[in-house]
Amino acid sequence: MQRVATIAVLVDNEAGVLARVIGLFSGRGYNIDSLTVAPVDESGKLSRITVVTSGTDMVIEQIKAQLDRLVPVHKVSDLTLEGPHVTRELALIKVIGRGENRVEALRLADAFRARVVDATTESFVFEMTGNAEKIDAFCALMKPLGLTEVCRTGAVAMARGTRHMSA
Amino acid sequence: MSATHHEASTQPDLRPGAEIVLRALKDQGVEVIFGYPGGAVLPIYDALYQQNAIRHILVRHEQAAVHAAEGYARSTGKVGVVLVTSGPGATNAVTGLVDALMDSIPIVCLTGQVPTHLIGNDAFQEADTTGITRPATKHNYLVKRSEDLARVIHEAFYVARSGRPGPVLIDLPKDILIKPAPYMEPPPPEVPHRSYRPQIVPDREQIRRAVQLLKAARRPIVYSGGGVINSGPQASELLTEFVRLTGFPCTNTLMGLGAFPASDPQFLGMLGMHGTYEANMAMWQCDVMFNIGARFDDRVTGRLDAFSPHSRKIHADIDPSSINKNVKVDVPIVGDAKHVLAAMIEAWREDPTPPQKEALVSWWRQIDEWRSIRCLAYRQEGPIIKPQHAVKRLFEITRETGRDVIISTEVGQHQMWAAQYFGFEKPNRWLTSGGLGTMGYGLPAAMGAQIAHPHALCIDVAGEASILMNIQEMSTLAQYRLPVKVFILNNEYMGMVRQWQELLHGGRYSESYSAALPDFVKLAESFHAKGLRARTVDQLDDVIREMIAHDGPVIADICVAKEENCFPMIPSGAAHNEMILGPDQEKNAAAVTDEGKVLV
Repeated sequence: MQRVATIAVLVDNEAGVLARVIGLFSGRGYNIDSLTVAPVDESGKLSRITVVTSGTDMVIEQIKAQLDRLVPVHKVSDLTLEGPHVTRELALIKVIGRGENRVEALRLADAFRARVVDATTESFVFEMTGNAEKIDAFCALMKPLGLTEVCRTGAVAMARGTRHMSA
Repeated sequence: MSATHHEASTQPDLRPGAEIVLRALKDQGVEVIFGYPGGAVLPIYDALYQQNAIRHILVRHEQAAVHAAEGYARSTGKVGVVLVTSGPGATNAVTGLVDALMDSIPIVCLTGQVPTHLIGNDAFQEADTTGITRPATKHNYLVKRSEDLARVIHEAFYVARSGRPGPVLIDLPKDILIKPAPYMEPPPPEVPHRSYRPQIVPDREQIRRAVQLLKAARRPIVYSGGGVINSGPQASELLTEFVRLTGFPCTNTLMGLGAFPASDPQFLGMLGMHGTYEANMAMWQCDVMFNIGARFDDRVTGRLDAFSPHSRKIHADIDPSSINKNVKVDVPIVGDAKHVLAAMIEAWREDPTPPQKEALVSWWRQIDEWRSIRCLAYRQEGPIIKPQHAVKRLFEITRETGRDVIISTEVGQHQMWAAQYFGFEKPNRWLTSGGLGTMGYGLPAAMGAQIAHPHALCIDVAGEASILMNIQEMSTLAQYRLPVKVFILNNEYMGMVRQWQELLHGGRYSESYSAALPDFVKLAESFHAKGLRARTVDQLDDVIREMIAHDGPVIADICVAKEENCFPMIPSGAAHNEMILGPDQEKNAAAVTDEGKVLV
């Protein structure tokens, strides 16, 4: 049975660590649906990687075990398995158009709570955060209205409630 | 922490990076390194020249440096150390690193690198060594500050030997080796690493469950692998104790040979593709399997969906990623083999449940029936030497000498024959490239073992094709007067390739004939070694005796039957109960399907 897993990985923020993680996925033929990474503590010594992957339970258990044995990896957490969690993604969406389309794009953006972060007389750049489905839906609506460019961060995720992840 | 630290002046003691490297190696207990110099590592070679604590063995190719370090590591349990230069020095070492990774051998490989300000400029002898070796090592480092050298080297040794051992590479830019910095002593062992802390001691509850399963077993088997060897000689003693305590049959993987005495009546021999009939049939029919330190490799399991279909499986491994990777198991145990085995023995004794004595008796009766097929029987008839007979005589004659014998092999038929016909009573005496299957492994590995054990009888059982892949190391043997013996089973074919072509590809021997071979006797002589040859069976024993008696390196060219196949064999894509036996056994063969042909 295939499943999607959102995995959070706490790693040393050092050269090559991302290459190690990505190399692990490509070398062993695992899927990466999305991957984000940035330093997360004040001293800049730790980074958190959020990777969304899919596979059978056996493969996902393998992925976690393989990640966990990398030397710079401190913690691996399967958010999907461990309980409720929030997932967010940020997207920048450029829509070019005039007249009625432009008005409609702005109206829909408002309904989706997308923010206008850049505007010219014939274009908008919308900023939107949400889960992947919401962004997908918004992009689908923008398509006939002049959608020309999309940039997405991929998911970041965190457990709900008091459960937390630390080194 | 030494007291001298406190009484020193505020200015810390600075020394050039290269000296820090050697000091760190020395503090890690390194006595010997295998290497080859070049521009980027000249500062280290200069520092080596000015000290006596560490011995350097000059190999003739960087791949051989790693294999030699592997031989050293496998035969001693210590970390093997390699020193090579940047660019081609590092890329030549890659095969050895992957070999060590696959077989879990602790290696620290120091590579030179162009100075930091030239990195990325396509400088002379520059290669992205950490990039290239990332998937070839357990871990690797690029040191960018001399201040980090000592810490990184100490950490590298810790990573190489801890948990599931493996190769660790440290890339050393030349300017880092020159710039002075303070030295840092190894951290005390009780200080935990910030992130890498493998589980050594097994979970008691899992041990209890495992013992429960084994007590109730009617057809049990113990299947042990290289993890028992890596855990140290104590683990092999505990394995032997556990197997004798339980009365269970025991089989070893290729990597695990020597962990359980081959002469023991409870030993079923090696299992897997060229394992014994009894070992594979017992694996197929068992009802409880206890895997300790093996990883359900495809050479062992055969077709996965038909692997040991009736059994509940216990798998103890120090590497959690090895568990449930290929085969789903019922009781996973994470821990070091010696701790797991000690806990198993204790739990077995404490558990009041009696084992299934009667069932065990009939299980052994079944096993003896399988044994009676005598799957390793061969007929030595006529003057032509059968390769099996050559290995068997080598085993018997070396055993008569009473000397400590260490066997290495290259890769192919001769390797399997050595595994089948040479009995190993103790661990760390069997050096073979199991996971990667690297031709050219055996000679440098024997060399490394000989350095560590000057009085042992180190023999590379080789094929005439494999030996040519690192033949240049004959020169190293001569330089250091290493009395390594090279025992070539010369059938003038890449025998295993030819065998597969015979069995799977209609006998079309595409490129598998060893044409234009050198005269190995003259070749030995040109490398200041002794050359011997046996053409007929009546010459075999004399050649083996002369080889052993000679106090120096020898190549013994044993001309063997050219088209002998290695049996038993589980064809690729077949199951354990579908073994092909040799022509001297009556049981019959499974056909190889197209699906099987895809597999290697």
